[in-house]
This record gives sequence, C-alpha cells and structure tokens, in this order.
Amino acid sequence: MCLAIPGKIVELLDEERDTAVIDVLGVRRRIDLGLLADDPPIKGDWVLIHVGFAMSKISEVDALDQLRMLTELGEQQAAMEEVQGYGLGGP
Amino acid sequence: MISAPPKVRFRDTQVDMAHGAGGKASRRLVEGLFAPLLCGTSTEPLGDAAHIDISGTRIAMTTDAFVVRPLSFPGGSIGELAVNCTVNDLAVSGARAVALVCSYVLEAGLPADILEAEVRAMASAAQRAGVIIAGGDTKVVEHGKADGMYLTTAGIGSLIPGLHLSAAAVRPGDKILLSGPIGDHGITILLARGELHFEADLRSDTRSILPLIEELAAKAGSGVRWMRDPTRGGVATSLNELARDCAFGMQICEEWIPMHDAVRGACELLGLDPLHIANEGQFLAVVAKEWVGAALDALLGTPGGEQAVMIGEVTEQPAGSVLVTTRYGGTRIVDMLVGDPLPRIC
Amino acid sequence: MRFVDEFRQPELITRTAEEIRRLADPGRHYRFMEVCGGHTHAIYRFGLMDLLPANIELVHGPGCPVCVLPMGRIDDGLSIAEDPKVIFAAFGDMMRVPGTHGSPLEYKARGMDVRIVYSPSDALKLARNNPEKHVMFFAIGFETTAPSTALTLMRAKAEGIPNFSVFCNHVTIIPAIRAILDSPDMRIDAFIGPGHVSTVIGCRPYGWIASDEKKPIAVSGFEPLDVLQSIVMLLRQLKDGKAIVENNYKRVVPWEGNRAALKAIGEVFEIRPYFEWRGLGFISQSALRLKESYAQWDAEKRFSVPGVRVTDPKAAQCGEVLKGVLKPAQCKLFGKECTPEHPIGALMVSSEGSCAAYYSYALRKSPELVQMT
Repeated sequence: MCLAIPGKIVELLDEERDTAVIDVLGVRRRIDLGLLADDPPIKGDWVLIHVGFAMSKISEVDALDQLRMLTELGEQQAAMEEVQGYGLGGP
Repeated sequence: MISAPPKVRFRDTQVDMAHGAGGKASRRLVEGLFAPLLCGTSTEPLGDAAHIDISGTRIAMTTDAFVVRPLSFPGGSIGELAVNCTVNDLAVSGARAVALVCSYVLEAGLPADILEAEVRAMASAAQRAGVIIAGGDTKVVEHGKADGMYLTTAGIGSLIPGLHLSAAAVRPGDKILLSGPIGDHGITILLARGELHFEADLRSDTRSILPLIEELAAKAGSGVRWMRDPTRGGVATSLNELARDCAFGMQICEEWIPMHDAVRGACELLGLDPLHIANEGQFLAVVAKEWVGAALDALLGTPGGEQAVMIGEVTEQPAGSVLVTTRYGGTRIVDMLVGDPLPRIC
Repeated sequence: MRFVDEFRQPELITRTAEEIRRLADPGRHYRFMEVCGGHTHAIYRFGLMDLLPANIELVHGPGCPVCVLPMGRIDDGLSIAEDPKVIFAAFGDMMRVPGTHGSPLEYKARGMDVRIVYSPSDALKLARNNPEKHVMFFAIGFETTAPSTALTLMRAKAEGIPNFSVFCNHVTIIPAIRAILDSPDMRIDAFIGPGHVSTVIGCRPYGWIASDEKKPIAVSGFEPLDVLQSIVMLLRQLKDGKAIVENNYKRVVPWEGNRAALKAIGEVFEIRPYFEWRGLGFISQSALRLKESYAQWDAEKRFSVPGVRVTDPKAAQCGEVLKGVLKPAQCKLFGKECTPEHPIGALMVSSEGSCAAYYSYALRKSPELVQMT
C-alpha cells in the first residue's frame, strides 16, 4: 500500500465529467478526478495517481523546498568533509 | 546392464499458467519432467537450440510455440514473431537459420482475412530474415479453442564459424552486453490486450538479431562465451539461468540498462520490474573482458545495434544469483520470474 | 520536473546516507518501523538497507492489505466466482494469493472468469459492457484505495447499474498501528509513516503516536531520498528527545487530508465492529463495509458465502513476523515449505510482504537458500 505515481494532466475531457487524461513518460490513461472535486486540477497540473484516480495535486513549491533542504544537507556534508580534510579536527 | 530409469523430479499436481511463463515454474517442468524423460543421457545444459551431428556435419535445431493474445499488435503479429523467434533462438546458440517449418493450429471461425494477414506477415518476416519456409502443417480445432490460432515452428541452421558458446566457458571478469532497450515487446502486448486501459506510443521490438550476431561473430567471435535472447521472463530470468548454469554471480548496474521512456512509465504505473518483461528483438552476450571493445564496436556499427551497451559483469559472488546495483551503492537481488508479471497497486 | 528522478539523485542519496551515519549514536540500536508495504518494497527495490549503518534496523509493519487478509475472506470471494454468471475482478496483487482451494489465477486456469483490473472504475466498466454477467469487484486496500472504491460505488448507484457489486475488504491503518504498539513483545523507537494513506487521512490521526506513545513519526514518500530523509528526521528527533509528527511528504500530503475523499468514504462505507486481520487477530473498528443504502451493491449481501474462518497452519508464524517480533528468516517455514513460488502465508505471496521482500535479500546472504528452491 500503495503504488501511486505522479502524472501530468494533458487533457480534460468534456464528454466525461471528472475525467482527465494523464501522461507518465508517454504512457496515457483516463483517470477520475472525483477525489479532487474541492480543488479541481487544470491541464498541465501534476497529480498523484492511484488505481486510476487522482489522489492529490502535486505541489511543485513543496517539492522544490524539500529538494533544497536535501541539497543544503548535501552541501553541509560536503563542507564538513572539506573541513575535515584540512586536518583541523572536526565534529 | 540395465541403466537406471531417468528420475522425474516434477512434483506439481497439475499444469498451471506459471509453467509456461518462462520463470522458475517453467524451468521446473522442463528440468524435472521433460529433460529426464526425453533427453535421457544428455548432460548438455538446456539452451535455446540443440546442436546435432548428422554424418559429420553439425547443424542447429530449435522449436517454439506461439500463443499470443492479441494476434496482432503494434510492431508485429504472431506470424512475424514465429519467424523472428526461431531465427533468434538459432542465432543465440551460434547458428545461422536456413529453413523453418511451421504448424498452424486454427480455431474454427477464424476470419480468413486475419489468417491471410498472418501468413503474409510470416512470409515477409522470412524474407527479411533470409530463411526459407520449407513446409508446414495445418489443424483446425473447435471454436473456443486456440485463441484464434496457435503456431509452432521448428528451425534448422548451420553453425556460425568462430563461435563456441557455453555457460561452462563463462568466467568472473567477463562482461555482460545487451543489444538494446528492454521491455518494448512485453509492455506493448500488455497494453494491446486493452484490459488495463493504458495507451503508449510503443511497438514490439520483434526482429531478427542474426545480422547483429553475425557481425559480432566476425569481429569478436573468439571472445563471446554465451548468448541468450531474453524473451519470456526478461533479462532477469536469462541471467539467473546463466548464473545457475555457470555457478557464478551476475552483477548489473541499474542505470546502464537502456529502456524507452514509455516502458519505464508503464512499469512505474503498474508496479512491474522491467527486468522481468519479455523482449523479442534483443540479446545478451557474455564477452571476455579483452574483447568487449571489439564486440561493442561491432554491434554499434551495425544497423539495429546503435544502443548496444555493457550492463555489467560476471562475478564470483553472489554465486548463482543476479545482483542489481545502483550508482549510489544500493543493491538488490533480482530473482527469476515467478509466473507472469502482474500489475500491482500496492 | 517529474517528481521522481529528482528524488533519486545519486549524489544527494550518498550525502543523506552520510548524514544518517553521522547522526546515529554508535552506542544505540535503533528499530524503526515502516508501516506501509509500499515502503517495504521501496527499501528493497532501491537497496536502501545497504546505505544504513548496522545499528539501524528497519522493521516491516502490517501495512500490506494483501498480507493481512485472512484466507477465509479469499475463499468467500472465490466462492462467488464459481457462479458461471460472475466475473471476479481484482487487482493484480490478489491474483496469486492462495485460498484454501487455490488462488484467483488458479481458479482462472480452471475456467472461472477471473479478470485483473487496474482500477475499480474498470470493474464498473466491465459491468456496463457485460450486462448478461455480474461483475464482482474484490476490493482490498487501506484508506488510500477506499475512496476510489467509494466513488465507483457512488457512480454505480447514480447510474443504477444492476450487475455490479463489491466484496469489501478495506481496512484502516490506525487500529493496526495501535495493535502493534499494544503488543507486549514490541520495541519500536520511531515510525516511518505511511505516505499515500496520508494523502487521504492527513497527518492528524498519527498525533497519539507522538503525544501518548512518545514515538517520533515522519510521514514519508517512497523515493530513496524521501525514505532516507525521513530517517534523518527520526534520528534528529530521538537525539533531541522529541516526539512529534512530521510531514516529510508535503508535496502530496495535506496536513488535513483530502476532504472529498473522506466524504466519499463516509457516504458509502461504515466501520465494521470488528474484523479479523491475518496474524494480528480480531481488531475492533478496523475495517469498512458498505452501508445499508448501498446493500444492492454489497457482494456479501447479494451472494451467500461460506463465511468459514480459516486459520493459518500452526507452523506459519505470519503473525509474529507481521508484528515485527520475528524476522522472516526466523519463521520455521521460511525458505523451506514457504517460498515465493509456493507461499504458505500471505507475507510470502505479496511482493511487498516482509517475507517475499526478505527472501530475495536473504538469497544473497545465505546461498544455501538457492538450493532449496
């Protein structure tokens, strides 16, 4: 529990309420947007897909935020290693 | 002196779909039932084709059955598969296909135009592959059987000079080469069945790999130890079979394995491992280290081999298993397929 | 940005692993439970155990909806499939799970109409396209999947589809976590919290784990960087003597959950007074069933089922492994009578079950297992 994959909304279907076509690396499928009725996504949005339903909109802002934290952590690590490399005695 | 009766080691009580899926269950059936009773005293490990001596000439022989649903799919159809598969099985055993015979088991009610399309597909595939179709047989079964049609083929070929292939020749340090991107055929078929309602711009990779193998043999034949076409069960199953046969380990690097985006996407969405997906136009070759350059040059320089790549090497450990490594140091064992690859949601 | 590869960057993974090694107190043995089967799968798939120091142990939790399904429920579902007018539809995960008389795939091989579907909406589509047959969807999953089944039932009702029903095995995660923590032989230091269940229920329901049980919990995504960073967070909390709920999957998990999804669940389902969990026994208020207003689409009301309780073979220690008390290899049947090819318990059948996941890992450590297969 539970396989859910990010996919991009490439088409909103007029003829079927609450249905969109998503694309994951060129693979496409119709999915149900019923669970996002409170804040429906638009074409170009990324959503998390599980069993053919969109579970959540993916926030690029939050993703970038997390990546930034990870990168900073990485840089901290690298900086520490550099300092240790000077032989000055580190943490 | 009466020789000991062959020992049947097949304990399953009935035949299941898994026995035909190309993984462990298939192997159990072949090694536990067919081989002891049919191949008797032969100690040769089971491969894609057999090499037989007829009055001093060695020829290669193979057989295959084709049970494909749907019959026709993007990139090919059952008729084409039948020819290419047979040619490929002979090729990876080190032989150039010369002729094949084909048996058609047809379902009553099969529209004639579908049958004709398959026969035409078979004819063109044979022409492209440079083989003659020397004969065949036809049977018709009641409506409801044979899924439209089942095909079986038998092919014979002459040995390609310079190739001496055997799992026993494989050594730690040998490199594992892959001819091109994996997963196209299996995912195409899965999507073409229409049950999962996914679409992708993907085609089966079915083709004859003989030209690539002939070029490989010509430029680096002395260094090639073993080859296989990773059909049902995928790269993981073929490498596991080799690992068992030679009792060494196979170590491949995840990031080096070529794959089309759509295969990656479908596998992610459906929770499938690309290493277990069938291929119909690729092959694996184990090549001695000092010949890898020449081998890759030969493949890269041949039409259809532009994506050939080294994916790993043979190692002492883990003996009998296949290890997949990542650039960041994570590893996992990938086992032979158990049954057909099934989509998952968990 | 594809939200996948960015969280698999090798350089960042290596750095985060180094931070874990730096933070882990060498004098301490940490036991972190990853509740969700998806995390178990991710850990093995990405080889994350190789990146952790020896004193961090990952304990696999009960968050595998296939693994916790008692065999009797599978038998009940399959007994409905025996009716020639019925199409038994289920996710691929269910297909190889053994019932007393075989798995769904084995039923299919014997001629029963068993179909794999990717979505409950595909099962409903099957019903629309096969009016002369009855489609029974065998529903499994935690709160991640329940809303989709709910919406599908709402659509079936709105359209008045007569030949569709759901055999509901949806279970809820909080009671399972409670059962783990209540178990006397348990010792878990912190939790890697379910990622996708949380897109529905949010992070609030985990509050008691931190406030009452005093265990840190980090709700986590499934990419290598997600899991590793969550471990960093847990180590930091433990180091600082803290115990709070952290959301480390902000890009998809809203703190308050998904209101529309929760509403759909509430519209269609009600909580069963109790439900049997394989290996964990009966847990009260831990599973869902269809409300009376949906009785027409409830397979358990439309069909009569044997309802026989099937206990696992005594030798199978699925329960202890599920609770994290035993390691898979410590079960007497592991690798011998019980293998992925011939599973006795569901932990070996589901690819994210602890035993199946561990089996491949163990193959490398003990080659003699290879000879057993």
